Amino acid sequence: MNIAAWFFYLFSAMMIGAAFMVISARNPVHSVLFLILAFFNAAGLFLLLGAEFLAMILVVVYVGAVAVLFLFVVMMLDVDFTELKQSFLQYLPAGGIIGLVVLIEIAFVVGAWTIGPVTIANVTTPMPPGMTNTMALGRVLYTQYVYLFQAAGLILLTAMIGAIVLTLRHKAGVKRQNVAIQNARTPAEAVEVRKVASRQGI
Amino acid sequence: MTISLAQFLIVAAILFTLGVAGVILNRKNIIVVLMSVELILLSVNLNLVAFSAFLGDLTGQVFALFILTVAAAEAAIGLAILVAYYRNRGSIAVDDINMMKG
Repeated sequence: MNIAAWFFYLFSAMMIGAAFMVISARNPVHSVLFLILAFFNAAGLFLLLGAEFLAMILVVVYVGAVAVLFLFVVMMLDVDFTELKQSFLQYLPAGGIIGLVVLIEIAFVVGAWTIGPVTIANVTTPMPPGMTNTMALGRVLYTQYVYLFQAAGLILLTAMIGAIVLTLRHKAGVKRQNVAIQNARTPAEAVEVRKVASRQGI
Repeated sequence: MTISLAQFLIVAAILFTLGVAGVILNRKNIIVVLMSVELILLSVNLNLVAFSAFLGDLTGQVFALFILTVAAAEAAIGLAILVAYYRNRGSIAVDDINMMKG
């Protein structure tokens, strides 16, 4: 067994184990940490497949942003999670059966299926030889898929605005800056000139 | 590479199954449901990248990139809704989400 196969089994086993712990851990914080482990191992699998750019993006975006966002929310909300965990055993038979059925179905599909020769002949954007994965991906992404790329940016913008609008709240009694009022002030109303009598003060 | 495409597909299938089972098992805890959805999307990405590598076609990786984008947006919006809901009700139990019921 060569080293690539060895790493494949290592990454897959750790990813599946971590995914199992994500859905079965009692503490949601542990779930998030196992999710991060699963993402790291998925990035390793991507590296084995030669998709270096996606592997690094997976680490940066998922581990750096999404998982930390989950961690933030889990720690920010003061929820009694043991109470939420009570129904786990109740749903265990249904969940186990449905999971098993889905797995068997997918196994049948994968087992009885091969890539048709037409599919291999119809490769639309073949990987250019002698080019790094990032460079090749950028050449395709910024030319052939430029509209979809812009649409992805628009989706992210919408998500950002939506998240801000949903979570922003104005507390009553908090002093806020009002730029219009600040700009509308004139020296006449901002400064008061008084004649102070000597040795008396105001 | 000595690893076949089918092995990657089986790993992705197991991950997908775990994600689906996680959605059903943790129906009360919506944070874990969101995490299970992330697992499902990860397994789909793994499928796309595996096909991309074994067919020599870059389209799969481009599509995986877009899925990553949508997954990040989905997580952000979902968690924002969760925080807003928690502020209103003081609980995140799925059974309590019935304010719109007539």
